[in-house]
This record gives sequence, structure tokens and C-alpha cells, in this order.
Amino acid sequence: MLNPSRALSQFPCVLCLFCSLCFSLAAATPPDTPSSVLIQNATVLTVSHGTIEHGSILIKDGKIAEVGQSVKAPAGAQVIDATGQFVIPGIIDCHSHIASEAINEGSVSVSSMVTMEEVLDPDDVSIYRDLAGGVTAANILHGSANSIGGQTLVIKLRWGQPASKLPFEGAPPGIKFALGENPKRSNFSIPGQPRHYPATRMGVEETIRAAFAEARDYKKIWDDYNKSVAAGEKALLPPRRDLKLEPLVEVLEGKRYVHAHCYREDEILMLLRLAKEFGFKVRTFQHVLEGYKIADELAAAGVGASTFSDWWAYKVEAYDAIPYNAALMTRRGVLVSVNSDDAEEATHLNQEAAKSMKYGGLSHDEALKMVTLNPAIQLGIDKRVGTIDVGKDADLAIYNHDPLSAYAVVQKTLIDGSIYFDREKDIANRAEIEKEKKALAEKLKSAEKKPEEKKPPEKKPEEKPKLPTPAPTPTTAQAGAAPGGAP
Amino acid sequence: MRLRRFQRCAFTLALVVFSFLVIGPPLLHPQGGEPQCFAIRGAKVAPVSGPPIESATVVVSRGIITAVGKDAAIPPEALVIDGNGLTVYPGLVDAFTDVGIPAAAAPSPGEGGGPRRSPEQARGPQDRPASTPWRSGADEANLTDKRIETWRDGGFTTVICAPKGGLFPGQAAVLDLAGERAGDMVVKSPVGIPLSFQTSGGFGSGFPDSLLGVLSYIHQVWLDTDWSIKAQAFYEKNPRGIARPRYDRTEAALAEALEDQALVLVPANNSVELRRAIELIGRWQVKGAIYGGQMGYEVASEIAAKKLPMLVDLKWPESEKDTDPEAKPTLRTLRFRDRAPSTPATLAKAGVKFAFYSGGIAAPKDILKAAKRAVDAGLSPDAALRAFTLSAAEIFGVADRLGSIENGKIANLVVTDGDLFEEKTKIKTVFVDGRRFEAHEPEKPKDPPKGDLTGKWKLSYTSPEGAEESTADLTMDKDGTISGSLASPRGTANIISGYLSGDKFTFTINIVLDQGPTDVTFSGTFDGTSLKGSISVLGMSLDFTGVKPGSAESAAATVGGAQGGLP
Repeated sequence: MLNPSRALSQFPCVLCLFCSLCFSLAAATPPDTPSSVLIQNATVLTVSHGTIEHGSILIKDGKIAEVGQSVKAPAGAQVIDATGQFVIPGIIDCHSHIASEAINEGSVSVSSMVTMEEVLDPDDVSIYRDLAGGVTAANILHGSANSIGGQTLVIKLRWGQPASKLPFEGAPPGIKFALGENPKRSNFSIPGQPRHYPATRMGVEETIRAAFAEARDYKKIWDDYNKSVAAGEKALLPPRRDLKLEPLVEVLEGKRYVHAHCYREDEILMLLRLAKEFGFKVRTFQHVLEGYKIADELAAAGVGASTFSDWWAYKVEAYDAIPYNAALMTRRGVLVSVNSDDAEEATHLNQEAAKSMKYGGLSHDEALKMVTLNPAIQLGIDKRVGTIDVGKDADLAIYNHDPLSAYAVVQKTLIDGSIYFDREKDIANRAEIEKEKKALAEKLKSAEKKPEEKKPPEKKPEEKPKLPTPAPTPTTAQAGAAPGGAP
Repeated sequence: MRLRRFQRCAFTLALVVFSFLVIGPPLLHPQGGEPQCFAIRGAKVAPVSGPPIESATVVVSRGIITAVGKDAAIPPEALVIDGNGLTVYPGLVDAFTDVGIPAAAAPSPGEGGGPRRSPEQARGPQDRPASTPWRSGADEANLTDKRIETWRDGGFTTVICAPKGGLFPGQAAVLDLAGERAGDMVVKSPVGIPLSFQTSGGFGSGFPDSLLGVLSYIHQVWLDTDWSIKAQAFYEKNPRGIARPRYDRTEAALAEALEDQALVLVPANNSVELRRAIELIGRWQVKGAIYGGQMGYEVASEIAAKKLPMLVDLKWPESEKDTDPEAKPTLRTLRFRDRAPSTPATLAKAGVKFAFYSGGIAAPKDILKAAKRAVDAGLSPDAALRAFTLSAAEIFGVADRLGSIENGKIANLVVTDGDLFEEKTKIKTVFVDGRRFEAHEPEKPKDPPKGDLTGKWKLSYTSPEGAEESTADLTMDKDGTISGSLASPRGTANIISGYLSGDKFTFTINIVLDQGPTDVTFSGTFDGTSLKGSISVLGMSLDFTGVKPGSAESAAATVGGAQGGLP
């Protein structure tokens, strides 16, 4: 969850974004899906097998069908001429809080019963802004107010589609954990309210352990029941279902990924020990700002690290963060991604990835992987996305420059082969949208303001001699026009 | 807090002193010598169940419609009403409201003497936060609710009434808006289990404090209810040797209501919420309906595909009052405000069964006006009438006894002098369970209003308890009629009647004080920016002033008010 001081540090950035990209958005209608699309004559950064100059990508039914220099467009294909442009796999944001109507169920220390999927908001304009930054998929996380937070899910940014069309099909489900200051909430206590438990890092550990002990017992009750049923026993009362414990049982069974918010090395090592004790794996540590101190331990445990490029010192537990974190962990064999945790940051994740080239000297490809293939692996969706390879989903971002350059601006973003963001079209549509807004505002204003109200009869005669006929005519006409004039 | 308690004592004392002045709330008697049998002769009859009949007769006997038609025989004992020029409609139904349950008094401060403790915070679903599904519109219905008369004067004979507040506020009942005792009102109960998704507060307010927690909580409650039914049956079969299942009042009440086929009413207004509601009702495997529904124009076909009934909130979205004039609404918001009234027409076209409810509308005449906007946006007047009558009855399973003018049905009728949705039409007579009520015309202002009272007003006055403040949220019509609500430390109530005539205003609320439902009238002068006048309650008269928060006057008032010991 975003820290306010961090948000403040981003203020200049936010300002610039809104100055330069004033998207005026309506409820979008999803794009048509052409059966075949050819992106031609582009520099294709495949991430998996190098760069193809003057390359083309053929998309059939939303999947990448061919990649190379001599790909021909079949009859009837939609052709996107990308001469001088760069194509990369769509950016994947491993830590996002967009597209949801609620983020935290902050009332309890274990809120595993809640799920982000139920509060998805497909109308959140951040989806569109992220698309304009080349993002095609995002891991939607619960906040970090509780030791064990809510269930998470990966979505594709299918702007204009209903909530049911956002989830990334087949992506493994996840759950948010949180360590450190946020879940202990000792900085957030309200005078007069009972103190929250846990209030220390020790308490956070105990909270998680107690929850898993409970989940283990719950699992046993169900396992025993299922065994008895399988053995043919009849007339059994099934155990009561507990929505808080079910997802934790899935974690124990390896069916649900743990994404743990953390900063300090001690708390990270704590969770690794605790996970070992209960026999589950942490899939990713999120933020993991002191990860560079324990990179070997992270690599040995086989967990992913999803960090910020260069945010630090926004609170005491973030004092030891350094911009070399991503590169140092990578060099020690940790699978690293760079995430946003923020709707604005998400619009330039390409630049965030590029910073690891300056700080730590990662290669161009290694840097690009931080926002494409690596998060795809961390989220268990790398069979479908993350590189430009035949058979994968056609989730692509097209830039006017090398995407790791500060001058790179997204021209088009495709998901499943459909263009969900088109810069040219966006610019062209702005005037139309403004016009509709203005017309609607006028219409609604005249409908709400009753005609008689506009000319209080008491005042008029004092100011001017009364002119009874001309005055009512325009107002009546206006009022009459309102109901009929639907666009 | 101490001070407040002292003030409360003082106020109670004052009320005792003044109580000799109190006249009990007026009883709602039908007029005249209580004839049991009526015949409306030569009227246009709109039975809703069939086409309109010109110059027909409707016979009502002992609460039941006994004959309808051109040649209906008029019994000799019938009081004959000349229906020439009149139209007879079935009584209108407000399909979701708390009219019938008097506005509750504000919760009293803690009795313990110490500081008032915050209510016990729920630590999870097991504490059953904000759940009172055992409450019932049928049990809490009370003829002292002033709105019963107001609603009836507006042509409403029937309401689907449920308690308000919480995630499982209670059960809905079909009530007729008249009777000698509260029990006479109940037509059927329970017919609905309304849900609300409103959280009590932000962080630190106990479980659940977000939509996330609310939904997970409701899932768990349904699972627990289902399990407790099974566990109870399992135990009853052979109690020996097994621990007995725990009794839980929430589960027990819900299990019973579900067995009675009560509809689970799910709130949803915009398209995201509507699609979510469709999904939830499917997942819960309950008989469900949606209330709200104003963005139904976007999802009508999906609702139709699931055959879900819909209760449409007639309080159409409009621009918020007293907001930053520079704030620009989004295109989506503007489109919503523009298109919301087209929802009923879209629903009708898609084949969704829908009824209307008053939502936040405080004056019944505005309910019909709001429906007229739906008609203007393409809904046929017949369909609008059906949404107010037979469709509502069908949705709640009482179409066998009311909702249309048919032989044998409950005699709920509205008699008008013209088309129901025409603004100039007057409601003449209303029959509820065969009792006749002449509709009162709301008092009209004599002079055109000087200025506009629309907006939020902070009212300051000194009660026997000390300095106090209330907030009046007023809406003024072009003719000066005032509607809206008033939030005071003693509770919130809708304005029953009110107007601004010239610079003189008056409006009345009815609120439950210690001695029961009481009229409180605010009257005085409006100088264009502020209100000044007196509050008349229980024979007392208190001076008050009113300003719009944010204005220069209100800043001054706040400084003054602080001395009065307000938090």
C-alpha cells in the first residue's frame, strides 16, 4: 500500500503527467477483435531471443502466429505500419492497486476471506492510463494493513470490458501478506480506540503462525471428512466451511501464491523460516527494499523479488533502500521484477526498468525483463505472456523510441491482438469528448434549473421595464429542446 | 459527555413540565360515517390487469373489490360516488421503503455515567456485525408514522417496508397504509431480505470496514445459515453422542425467511454493481432481486437473461448541491445523469420485470414526477403504471390479492381527475382496504417565493439541553414548495410539508421524542442569505438561525457555537 510520504515525493511527476497527457475519457467500448493483424517493419524486442530489426509480427485470433523479417500479411489482415517504432511484450505490473473499489479490509489482522476479484472496477480510468504506459497485465493486490491480507488476482487491462472479462484466464490465485510497520499499525492507532494487535514485528509473526496453525487443523478436519466419504461412510455432516481458512489451506497445498509486502531483511528471513515450518513457499517478496542484503538467502529459497527502482527513505523502515537493489539481487541469482504500487508510476515502468542499467549496470535485455518476462514468471503466467514468441498472447506495446529511453512514448497497446490504446486516436477523440461533455452539462443544467427560476418576477420590474413576450420564448425553447435532444 | 448527560436530564424535566400541553398524535380515521360499501359509478377504470374501461363501475365491499365493469350491479347499501370525469387506478405501491416505521429517536448516550464507550467492535464474521435480520417491517409498522398519511395522499396505498440500517437490516413486509391497529396494515410478511453494502466507517471501525469485508461477510453468513439448517436437522435425527449445534439468531432468522421464499434484495445502481449483483445472486443460489438499478440502461439484457426482478430507485441522479462550482463531473457521470431516467424504458424493452420505489424522495408527488421523467424518456404510461402496481405485487408474491382492479382483490384504489402522470392531475380519493380517504392537498404558498432555499442549511438554536445544531437539506420547487430532510441530534426525519411564500418560510418534520412521534415546525423569514425564525415543538417555541455552511455567516456562527460546548 502506498505510503503518503511516498506519494508526496511523486508529486512533480504526477503533475507532469497530467499536463502532458490529458486523457478525457468516456466509458470506453472494447475494441473490435480482427481475426488477423500484422505489425510490420518494426524493431522487435522479443526479450526471449534478441532483437529483430525491420521485423514483423503476425497475430491470429489474438495469439502471436509468426515473428520475423519476412512475415506476409494474409488477405484481410489489419496492417499496423510500425516503421521506425519498437515493439515489446506488454508490460506486466507485479504490484498494483488500480481497478478496484476497495483496497484494504483493515479491521482484522487476518483478512484472507476477502478477495480483490469481487471489487474489481473496470471503469477505473487508471486502467486506461496504464495502457497508455504500455502495461497490459497487473497483479491486483490487497493493501498492507494486515499480516495476512486479502486474495489477489492478475488481470489483463481490457479497458471497456466488464469486470468478469478482466481476470487473466488461468493465472494462479494469490494472497497478500504484509510484514513490518504497516500490519503492526503502531503508527496508526487512534486515541480512544482499543490498541490493535499485532503491535510489533513479533506480533506479526505470531499472527501469521496462529492463522496457519488454525488452517492446518481445518485442513485436517476436511481431509478426514473426505477420507470417510471416500471410504463409503454415509450419513456424515460435512464440516462447516470457513472462508478465512480456505485460502490458507490453498497456500499450504501450494495452490495459491503468497505475495508478501516487506522492507527489512529481518522480517523477510522471519517469513522464510515460518514458511519452511509450515511447508509452503513464498512466491514473491514485494518491495523487499533490503533484499540486496540477503540476496543469497532469497536465491536459495527460490522466491521472487519485486521491488521499486529508486524509492527510499520515505519512512524509517525504508532508510536502507538503494537504487542498486534490483541489479544486486539479479547478479546473485534472484528473479527480480520492478513494480509500481501506484497508478502514476505504472505509466512509466519502462523508465523504472531502465534505471537498473544506470544503477548496477544491467544489460538492456535484463532491464527489459524486469517489467516483462520476470513478473510473468513470478505471477505464473509466463507460458502466455512476457516475451514475443509464437503461440503467446498478442499483448504488445509499440513505442516511438527504444522503450528504455526517456523519450519513448507508447503509440499503441494491444491485448489479445486488439488495440486497447492508440495514441493518435486518443488525441483525435479529445475534442469530440469535450464537445459531448459540454453539451450534456448544458442540457442537464437547463433541465435542473426550472425556467421560472431564472427570472424572479420581483426583481425584474425594479431593474427594467417588463418585456413579457421575448423573455419566455428562449427559455421555453431551451426547456423543450432538452428532452428531445438526446445525442 | 458529562455535560450532555446533564443536559439530557434537564431536557427530560422540561418535557415533563410541558407534557400537559401535548396532544397525542392524530389518529388516522377514515372520513364520514364509515360506510362499508362504495360504488364508484361512471368512471374510467384502469384495472392494469386488462385494458381501461370507460364509464365503468367499481364496487367495494368490506375491504374487497366485489364488482368491476360497465354493468356492475350496485348493491343497495352502497354509497355511490359519481365517477364522471374521474379515473380509478389500483392503489400505488412503493416497492421499497421504510415508510410505515416511524423515524427512530437518536440513540441515547450511555447510561453508565462515564464516557460513552464505543460500541463493541466486531472482530470478524463470527461477531455478526451490523446484522439484525430478525427485525421486521411487519413488527415495527406503526400507524403513528406521519409519512403514512403523506404517502396515501400521494396515491400510495401499499408499501414494501423494511427496517433500515446495517448489512442485514431486517425483513421486508407488504403493508397497506391504513388500519385501526398496526397489525391491520400487514398484508404479507416476510417478503424480502434486504441487504446493504454500506460500511459503518473507515479504518479502525471494526469488521467489516470495506466493500471487500462486507461481501466476504455476507458469503460467510449464507454458508453458515445453510450449514446450521443441515446441522440442526442432523442433530435432531439423533442427538445422542454429538455436540449440539450452536444457536445463532442471525442464522435462525435468515433460515426462516428463506423458507418463506423471501426475496434477497441486493443493492446495485451502476453497471459495475449491477453485474456484480447478478453474479452474487447466482452464486448464493437465492431467489433474488436488485434494488437501485439506475444504470440499468447499460445492462438490461444481462438482467433479463437471468430473469431477475428489479426495483428501480426513482430518485434520479442529479448534480450535487453546494459543491465546488469549479469541479467538473466526468463524462461518465454526465451521461449517467442524462440517461438514468431512460432505464425503465430499456428494462421494459428487454423484458425485465420491474417496480418503482421512492428511494430518497421525500414528497410523494415527486415520486410521480420522477416516474413522468421515465415516461418522457420512452417508457409507456401503461408500463409505468404497471411498475407502480401489478409488477410490484408480482415481484413480492402478492399479485393474488392486490396490484390490480379485479373482483376479489383487496380494495386499494386511487381516484384521480385525470391521467396519473400529468402534473395538473389531482388525486381525489384513496381507498385502502376499502376505507375511504379524501386526499388532502398539501398547503400551497400564497405568494411566489423570494429566492431559493435549496441546499444544506446549518440551523442553530438553544434547547433546554443547551446549544444545539441541526442540518436541514432542503429542496425548493419553483412554486416555493419545500421538501427534504433534517438531521438533528435527536435523529433524522423527512420534511412532511413546507413552503416559502414571499420571504416567509415554514416546514414541518415529525420525529420520535420521548413522548412519541411529534411534529416540529420551523418557520420564519428568509432574507436571501440566512434564515431566522422559531421552532415550535410540544408547545415550546425556540428561536433559531440558519446559514449555509461555508458562507461568512456560518463562520461566525461556528465561533459562537463553540462556546455552547459542541465537540
